[in-house]
Amino acid sequence: MNFSFTDEQLMLKDSVEGFLTENADSGIVRQAMASESGVDENLWQKICAEMYWQAILVPEECGGLGLGLVEAVIVLEQMGRFLTPVPLAAGIQSALALRTLADQPQAHTLLAGLAEGRLLGLAHTAARPSWGASGVGVIANSTVNGWSLSGEARFIATGDLATELLVVAKIGSDLGLFRLAADQTGVALSKMPTMDQTRPMGVLQLHDVTVDSESCLSLDWAEQLEAVLDYSRIALGAEQVGCAQASLDQSVAYVSERVQFGRTIASYQAIKHKAADMMLKVESARSLLYYAACVGDEALTDAASSEDLQEAAAMLASSAGDAAFFCAGTGIQLHGGVGITEEYDIQLYFKRARSMEAYLGRPDEQREVLAAMLLDQGGSHAA
Amino acid sequence: MQLKFTEADEQFRGEVSDWLIDNLAGDFSSIRHRGGPGDEHVFVEERKAWEGRLAEGGWTCIGWPEAWGGKSATIEQQVIFNEEYARAGGPGRVGHIGETLTGPTLLAFGSEAQKQRYLPGIRAGKELWCQGYSEPGAGSDLSAVRTRAVLDESGQSWRITGQKVWTSLAHESDFVFVLARTDLAEKGHKGLGFFLVPMNQPGVTIRPITQLTGTAEFNEVFFDDALCSSDDIVGEPGQGWKIAMGLLGFERGVSTLGQQMLFQTELDEVVRIARHNGTGQNPAIRQRIAEAHIGLRTLRYNSLRMLSGGDDGSLSREAMIYKLCWSSWHRNLGKLAMDVLGPDAEIMDDAPYSLTRLQSLFLFTRADTIYGGTNQIQRNIIAERALGMPREPRGES
Repeated sequence: MNFSFTDEQLMLKDSVEGFLTENADSGIVRQAMASESGVDENLWQKICAEMYWQAILVPEECGGLGLGLVEAVIVLEQMGRFLTPVPLAAGIQSALALRTLADQPQAHTLLAGLAEGRLLGLAHTAARPSWGASGVGVIANSTVNGWSLSGEARFIATGDLATELLVVAKIGSDLGLFRLAADQTGVALSKMPTMDQTRPMGVLQLHDVTVDSESCLSLDWAEQLEAVLDYSRIALGAEQVGCAQASLDQSVAYVSERVQFGRTIASYQAIKHKAADMMLKVESARSLLYYAACVGDEALTDAASSEDLQEAAAMLASSAGDAAFFCAGTGIQLHGGVGITEEYDIQLYFKRARSMEAYLGRPDEQREVLAAMLLDQGGSHAA
Repeated sequence: MQLKFTEADEQFRGEVSDWLIDNLAGDFSSIRHRGGPGDEHVFVEERKAWEGRLAEGGWTCIGWPEAWGGKSATIEQQVIFNEEYARAGGPGRVGHIGETLTGPTLLAFGSEAQKQRYLPGIRAGKELWCQGYSEPGAGSDLSAVRTRAVLDESGQSWRITGQKVWTSLAHESDFVFVLARTDLAEKGHKGLGFFLVPMNQPGVTIRPITQLTGTAEFNEVFFDDALCSSDDIVGEPGQGWKIAMGLLGFERGVSTLGQQMLFQTELDEVVRIARHNGTGQNPAIRQRIAEAHIGLRTLRYNSLRMLSGGDDGSLSREAMIYKLCWSSWHRNLGKLAMDVLGPDAEIMDDAPYSLTRLQSLFLFTRADTIYGGTNQIQRNIIAERALGMPREPRGES
């Protein structure tokens, strides 16, 4: 039993922190927010060329680093902390989706593309009414030569930048997975106007898009979708922990400067106790994050069950979602008046926390997943 | 990062568990799951005998060095022992103050003679200890202690006068360690001494404190010219604060996973009731049960991070939040238990005031967020030591 990082993992953490401190300050974030794509494409190129984080979850035989979710969350935690405007989380999500396809040559090629920094978006849901199978908004009908796809997918993490997409589509009562090029006829990919501008999201409209039968990567992808959503919740949890940590750090820095009644307001217990509550939530979510990442790595090699993965992801999503929103919200309060200005960064974290909290299922929805496991007939954790 | 214990550790787990199953039988089966916070007053004689049995089996003080009868057990082994002890229903340890507080303090700061005199009795489970820190006027502000220790003219013994409070198991203990002022001209952290004092003497009077549960596990202890040999001050006069604070760092959280096993048993009972009485279908209760589940698992991974931390003895961030986390979690569980029981939560086991296990949980967990540093003091510690925020200006003491 050892619940601490290896030396290699600690070095990775240091190199991520060092790189982002130097290359991704708040000015860079704000520039990207104002840009058309919402992404800093130069920074992304630099990361892909020099840091190779896009290849973390790509197996070595596909030209990747062949590392695991523990390494991925180390990087993503810092990305959440710096609000780094690059589509790394999207690439990690796509890599995890492709890894469910085991030995398919097409998956191999696509994974190799990810390792080179190509943007491949997972278009899995319309998120109406849910983020799971019931929310899939694309329908695939078989044709003489292949398939015809129609419908909508939203909240695509590559924004409008993907050159290629992995599209989840309903085939009758099953779910299939398809690949298609973003410039194909009948495909419209655009950026959704979102309240949180630090994390651009894409929307995909498909009108009778015809693809050949080769483009169908799976005819039976429902279980895999659930697993990929759980892996994605773990990756998201890392960004949420980073977001919560930054909210705490910036708030402590602010209250340590601000003087009222002849003292810094950091010396008042009313302020200190809020900060302590923030740290408690950050560290608690971080403990669950490391646990969930370990379970995720076990699940990737079939050493953990899908129930264990689901439980770990649900616990983390509940804890980290709440932690990020609580810390950013409390952070605004601790900043006082300046907290609601455009100038201070705490508002960026507040909006980001809100969007992440809802993405892939609110904390209360995740708790309901756990409640069903514990309390309902046939629940996997029922006593 | 590795979630699993090594094979050698698992083998050790088997040894512990086999021994406990063999020995928590016969006369000792009646004390399984008894004792501990909130239940400290029951089966005391049997639990004292149990300490002897544990000692014979070599299962007291396993973290101590072998030279003093321990096993020099690793952190992992100590964690495993505590887990298996809780799983087997091992009774609340009446010897835990001596084993986890007095012993390590003497090992770190004690004289050779003190180690020779006191460690064997603790290791054998024969001499029990209690803690003399808090006073009526020194709770959260422990450094305000007013109990005095004066060296008599002969220079052979200290005379101790004052009052301690919230002393668990005082009437069962053979010795108490006392934080007392040696230099009456000094205030706060200065001028304190750390004394090892026999309980069975005319100068020591014990008065139990009846709690809201109707039972009494805490006591007031009055010292009236109580005797303490001049050999029994740990360190020098004036070093008491340093020693007292050192002692708080010794436990290193090895018992936390065992504590969590007890919590899990309590949560399982609440979940079982919710499944059977229909409250488990109430959306608000479902959210709270899920939160309790998450909270308990969070405690576990917090502990694992804490235990995997460096050996430099410094308190890590996750260690600093631990008390606040578990005490709040446990208190909330007590209330959840009452809400799941609904109207039946009021019904007692027996007249005149025999509480059910869950009623006791509900009432006694109000103490959890107070003793050992209130939640407010914990937040101060987190803010000041982990986040580097300034200390509040202090008044005159």
